[in-house]
Amino acid sequence: MPFGEGWLFAAFPLEPRVTLQHEVRKDMVSPGAPPIISMRNVAKFFGPFQALTDINFSVRQGERVVICGPSGSGKSTLIRCLNRLEEHDEGTITIDGIELGDDTKDIRAVRQEVGMVFQQFNLFPHLTVLENLTIGPIRVRKMDKPAAEVLARTYLDRVRIPEQADKYPSQLSGGQQQRVAIARSLCMEPRIMLFDEPTSALDPEMISEVLDVMVELADSGMTMVCVTHEMGFARRVADTMVFMEAGRIVETTPPAQFFTNPKSKRARLFLDQILEH
Amino acid sequence: MRHKRRQRLHWPDYLILAVIIAFAAAIWFRISGALNYNWQWHRIPNYILRWDEDEGRWFTNLLLQGLITTIRIAVYSGILALVLGTILGIARTANNLAIRMLARTYLEVLRNIPPVVVVFIFFFFLSEQLIAALQMERWARGIARQENIAVWEFFFGDMRRFPSLISGVIVLALFESAFVGEIIRAGIQSIPRGQREAARSIGMTRLDEMRFIVLPQAMRKVLPPLSNQFISLVKDSSIISLISVQELTYKTLELVASTRMIFEAWITTALMYFVLCYGLSLLFRRLELNKGR
Repeated sequence: MPFGEGWLFAAFPLEPRVTLQHEVRKDMVSPGAPPIISMRNVAKFFGPFQALTDINFSVRQGERVVICGPSGSGKSTLIRCLNRLEEHDEGTITIDGIELGDDTKDIRAVRQEVGMVFQQFNLFPHLTVLENLTIGPIRVRKMDKPAAEVLARTYLDRVRIPEQADKYPSQLSGGQQQRVAIARSLCMEPRIMLFDEPTSALDPEMISEVLDVMVELADSGMTMVCVTHEMGFARRVADTMVFMEAGRIVETTPPAQFFTNPKSKRARLFLDQILEH
Repeated sequence: MRHKRRQRLHWPDYLILAVIIAFAAAIWFRISGALNYNWQWHRIPNYILRWDEDEGRWFTNLLLQGLITTIRIAVYSGILALVLGTILGIARTANNLAIRMLARTYLEVLRNIPPVVVVFIFFFFLSEQLIAALQMERWARGIARQENIAVWEFFFGDMRRFPSLISGVIVLALFESAFVGEIIRAGIQSIPRGQREAARSIGMTRLDEMRFIVLPQAMRKVLPPLSNQFISLVKDSSIISLISVQELTYKTLELVASTRMIFEAWITTALMYFVLCYGLSLLFRRLELNKGR
């Protein structure tokens, strides 16, 4: 039995503050409410290769889901289907009551409600940090410039880099860039945030500054779907763990059970592999 | 490590230089001796700037008029080619197959037909018809008869020649737009996919994504090849002398026909093109150095 009591806390020591807030947060997830994200029998092909098979998955308002699994298991594809950066081939995906199809208006409406943070940050290099943040509100939400800047500065404050507003992305560290990317998404005031391996491209010493921002966001009640290998983070904030393998969802369990006693053999093996060092 | 280039000349270099000088001298003797050519360099300045005794002021003469027209044509067709080329470049990367095929056809047709033929085809099939359809001839003559036309003349020169200037601009721009389009397409495709995904993920429309995210970055990247293309355009503008646009090459042909100063006129014209194009390339190089902080 590799998982003794307290092994995780030894590996990923938690600050008590976070644990406390986490407990408080639990109540925000209303169990009876209809799901804000729902995927029914979703399949996705890349040519002959089936990337997603029979995905059934739903997220309630305020719920925080962490998706993990070995590379190539379809985690990124799944999360990218949620704002239609990838088009699913079968099944239905409904976000906040809107079914994703070919209607570009619907897609844009969904994208305004769903923020996304990428592994490679994807900040706009020709714009300053402030312009990166305001371009969405100005061009998409048709907000006027001063209002958008006030909004942008609020979120820069929240990700703790208000002093970098007039710099260009290339002048920032990776951790700062990713926090700007989070702020950029938040400026659209989305109801759902998607994170696609937000810390995988970062130097180790910068991971925590990004995770701190994400934990804070989780504590504020944001609905979040994260693809990440940061199991400490998952343990801290997740309401639900989703484990994927070979394009299928293998198990969906609360983190307490997932980390101590995963249902599937494959998940146990995966946890062994990523936690053994 | 960077290879250090030799800065000093050695004896083989002198030998090569001597051969070249000897060759040049041989040609020179042939022209001045065998052809018994009568050099009249002193008459050339008069064909650039002419002093008018009656009015007591300087007038531009054939060569300078031609140079100014060449510059006007280069600027206008440069702008038009950039606009058309940008549309073409975007069309080449469009999702819609029909649009992509149209753009590809246009491009391949232009790339595989000699420029002179292209110029004639565009002239007779396009700009002549367009100018006739818009009744531009009458309109331009109307303006030419008015009193205060200094602004018009500054931008377009002699207004009676306006239709010819415009057809030259259109023909040249259509021809160059194919090459500009390819440069812009390369620029658009060099922008990482993540940029477009990020733009899309905040709900931007395809048009906004192109306008605010992709094109500004692409344009910055393709500035060096674009400026080279502009220099090519200045040189290619000599082709439209064939459709009687009164630019530098056409004016030189006129000068040669009336004065028989074949060598002087063409050497002067060559120098004018050289100074213009080399000046532009120095300017663009300087701008690029400033940009790459």
